[in-house]
Amino acid sequence: MTTTAPATATDAGTGHELLPDGWEMVIGLEVHAELATASKMFSPAPNRFGGEPNTNVHPVCLGLPGTLPVVNGKAIELGIRIGLALDCTVQRCVFARKNYFYPDMPKDYQISQYELALNVDGRLELADGSVVGIERAHLEEDTGKSTHIGDSGRIHDAGYSLVDYNRAGVPLIEIVSRPDLRDPEQAKSYVEELRAILVAIGASDGKMEEGSLRVDANVSVRPAGSGELRTRCEIKNVNSLRSLGRAITYEARRHVDLYQAGDAPRQETRHWDEEDGRTRPGRSKEEAEDYRYFDDPDLVPVDPSPGWIDEIRAALPALPRHRRQALVDRGAPAAGAALAVERDLDGLALAAIEAGADAERTVTHVANNLAVEGAGSLDASHFADLVKLETGGGLTATQAKQVLADMVETGRDPATIAAEKGFEAMDTDELESLLDGIIADHPDEWARFVGGDDGDRKKMQGVFVGQVMKATRGQADGKVVNQLLNQRASAG
Amino acid sequence: MTAAGAADGGSAVEIAAAVAAGDRSAVEIVDAHLARIAAGDGEIHAFNTVVADRARERAAAVDRAVAAGEPVGPLAGVPVALKDNFCTRGVPTTCSSRILDGWVPPYDATAVERLEAAGAVVVGKTNLDEFAMGSSTENSAFGPTRNPLDVTRVPGGSSGGSAAAVAADFAVLGFGSDTGGSIRQPAALCGVVGLKPTYGAVSRYGLVAFASSLDQIGPFARSVADAALAYDTVAGHDPRDSTSLPDGHRPTVERLTDGVEGLRVGVVSEMTAPELRADRGGAFEPAVIDRCHRAADVLADAGAKVDEVSIPTAVAGLAAYYMIAPAEASSNLARYDGVRYGARQPGANTAAMMTASRTAGFGDEVKRRIMLGTYALSAGYYDAFYGKAQRIRTLMIREFDRVYQQYDVLLSPTSPCVAFPFGAKADPLTMYYNDVCTIPSNLTGHPAISVPFGTGEAGLPVGVQVLGPKLSEGELMRVAAALEAAAAAGGADPTGEDTP
Amino acid sequence: MPDTDDAAPTDRDHLTPEEVAKVARLALLELTDDERSRFATQLDAVLDLADQLDGFELDDVPPTAHPFGLVNVFRRDQPETDAEAAEFRRLALEGGPEVEDGRFKVPPALGEAP
Repeated sequence: MTTTAPATATDAGTGHELLPDGWEMVIGLEVHAELATASKMFSPAPNRFGGEPNTNVHPVCLGLPGTLPVVNGKAIELGIRIGLALDCTVQRCVFARKNYFYPDMPKDYQISQYELALNVDGRLELADGSVVGIERAHLEEDTGKSTHIGDSGRIHDAGYSLVDYNRAGVPLIEIVSRPDLRDPEQAKSYVEELRAILVAIGASDGKMEEGSLRVDANVSVRPAGSGELRTRCEIKNVNSLRSLGRAITYEARRHVDLYQAGDAPRQETRHWDEEDGRTRPGRSKEEAEDYRYFDDPDLVPVDPSPGWIDEIRAALPALPRHRRQALVDRGAPAAGAALAVERDLDGLALAAIEAGADAERTVTHVANNLAVEGAGSLDASHFADLVKLETGGGLTATQAKQVLADMVETGRDPATIAAEKGFEAMDTDELESLLDGIIADHPDEWARFVGGDDGDRKKMQGVFVGQVMKATRGQADGKVVNQLLNQRASAG
Repeated sequence: MTAAGAADGGSAVEIAAAVAAGDRSAVEIVDAHLARIAAGDGEIHAFNTVVADRARERAAAVDRAVAAGEPVGPLAGVPVALKDNFCTRGVPTTCSSRILDGWVPPYDATAVERLEAAGAVVVGKTNLDEFAMGSSTENSAFGPTRNPLDVTRVPGGSSGGSAAAVAADFAVLGFGSDTGGSIRQPAALCGVVGLKPTYGAVSRYGLVAFASSLDQIGPFARSVADAALAYDTVAGHDPRDSTSLPDGHRPTVERLTDGVEGLRVGVVSEMTAPELRADRGGAFEPAVIDRCHRAADVLADAGAKVDEVSIPTAVAGLAAYYMIAPAEASSNLARYDGVRYGARQPGANTAAMMTASRTAGFGDEVKRRIMLGTYALSAGYYDAFYGKAQRIRTLMIREFDRVYQQYDVLLSPTSPCVAFPFGAKADPLTMYYNDVCTIPSNLTGHPAISVPFGTGEAGLPVGVQVLGPKLSEGELMRVAAALEAAAAAGGADPTGEDTP
Repeated sequence: MPDTDDAAPTDRDHLTPEEVAKVARLALLELTDDERSRFATQLDAVLDLADQLDGFELDDVPPTAHPFGLVNVFRRDQPETDAEAAEFRRLALEGGPEVEDGRFKVPPALGEAP
């Protein structure tokens, strides 16, 4: 890491807190992401999620005798996009065969990249500013899926398996980080940021729940600050960010326990068991580890020209961190900016702010009120007008929310909608007399508001605002009501 | 055995012209060949599958097209035999292996598509050494093919069935695959012409892989002109094969009459020198070497510049080949696991089922090569075997490229001996030595042709091999046509006085 | 011809039946004791061929995976039609040794993917 990660203030705490004093975690992640192509990596079979078993098939991806793979040029382009987004060196690369027998794999070898990967030596900056090294990002093909049928539905008790090759041959990028991560939260934010990048550049849909983004974690521990790299274990079968955090914590603690007992972990692949909350060793068979890699003689090297790389670089959209920064630079709070980018509404927010809308209110609307379909097609100047109406006192927050919903639905301007709904800023005099009447009707509550402790005061404030809202059917501005209450209380 | 005089006889060139002109019926031609197969293939066993009904239907379609005045291709009505490792939609493709029992490909190989588009009529799928691994067709799970010229002897291999089918006139053209000599050697042993084209000149799509970086499809024919026509029909770029050359086809038919005057011809001394004849069990038959020298003389008489040339790396070819080909094969044949197609044996779990299926499904030679390749690629041995062989391959390519600066074509025997009796080369290594002259072209990717040129032991045919640089098929045809003409004029065999 | 400093197999020990058994396991082949010994002898003889590769100077020679050095051969990202996919599905399942619910049926696995 080139900068030290600031402590992450979450309930889970930091890695240092998760382990006994004097130990720290060393985590590297291998992220597999399915690429958003129309057809598979080496075959014209469609690349789409779901569907009846074995419907997305072609002789090539079924590995039928005599078939030959041909590289999907789009997959290379997306691979290069990813490499550039991660500041990698994009280089001449070769597809190799990884040989092992497995029924999910139609050819009983996987076409992957071994010695020469498409992308090497990159970096990824997390939302908190820390930087994680990327060792390589290479292309390969996905396997099919077995469903284990048996009494318990679990692998070891299965009566038999059914194999579906819909996923076999789907293009994958495997992004391997350096062991630069130090705690589960940081690992999670790495995956979140990587996912945001993949989605933003159109390389993958990044859906962890559909398995189009999968994470394996390499975990080891060491005496804090020692710099050494101890024996690591690879944790597979991690299906959500939450599981990732739990699995890393469990595994790191297991290592510390072993060291403290005078023992040591051995290098192996382990599987996360979500139900039991623990990792278990995979089948370890010495010979299965000899993959006999060699260059695939059915394929020729990929050697992207500098011109092609430049072309892809020029067409690369702004990355999430640049987009977040653009909003923050204009005064938006970081959390709201992150949400706006995640929802791909930062362009709208930015345009509204440029048109004079308050940055904080704008981003708050995006964060709280625009998680709806059609938000992306909202007219930016209308959106700016709405925020201006609200901050100028022309609409209450509640009214603004309702107008915004109507704007998304109908595409009309906020003034028209507000007029139609009868939302007019309530005259302050009118509001003052209304409030005075309510105070007069509730003398006990007023006394508690004026003389009570903070808790009382807060409770009673709610009562009065509620009464006003009830009387005005929500059209009063809550902020103004609060101001008036405070004025009257201090006037005594 | 020739078809001269037969009612359906003639070369592919003649048949296609006559059918296209409406002078002869494709159905009659195909029927005559099917009848010959029915009468003779019980003894020869050239075919694994004969597709009589399908062939008659296709032939009838050709005749209808001619009658309707529609254009028909350059092979209209020509009966063709395909090695049974070419995928044919709807027709079983066995590779002469039990492991593919019951498998019917759902697609056609590119070469098959092109042949049928050209009007050729597939009459059947021919026998081969299992998965094309062998030089005698004795390794077929369905029993050997017999040489039509002497049924006590092998037809060569691995494309022995296609060579025999053409020699016996069961078909006018045959197609095979050549990974280390599997077209040229059986062509030589059966007395027909066999071409291994430049790697990438003919699409491998739909050819069941043995060793992907070496496999190449090519034709068998009874004349050089027919071989040229057959090659021209299947050659050319195919986007479904990543290794298909973008500039893969230069027509060869028009080169047949170019002659050899001024052509620079090198006779490879490592394949003809007396001291190498007895090398490591691979003794060269003296008559074979003599015919090769006679071929050189014929070319010199016709105006070619003939010279001896030494290619030292050529002797390393055999060793490099037996590291590279099995390594690729071990991976290519992994997919035969009983899960998706072919024969399955029961097993308590997936691995046991796969192991049982593979153990029962593969013959000994295939098992040997799978194990050899697995070993050559495995951790700790890669550099000493596979890695080293790939570097030797580079040296060979460099050396041949250098030689081709000075020579247009090279000359050598195709096989060290004529057709040998069944069981004569039961030891695997002795059999492997049979490929010593043909292997270098596969490692370099260059084309080579075997053309019958005189006879050797027991009056059996000898094949002379003509080798050339990348995409020199046109030059190979020129030379082969000159040798064919000289042999037809009696210029190949010695007169009584100079018999060695 | 000069020697190379590659790890030459010249001094390689003879292939043992045990090594053959190990390779066979890796290739999912089962051998009888007799086959083990027979194949050990036969494979050993072929591996001895590699001795012929020892004399060449290979230090600066790159490996050749392919004769003609093609690069950048790509396919357009164009999926087959649904009708084609449906036909291949039908034929593939028809050709399966054992099929259930549109999937290929296999005996239980002993473990997970490596």
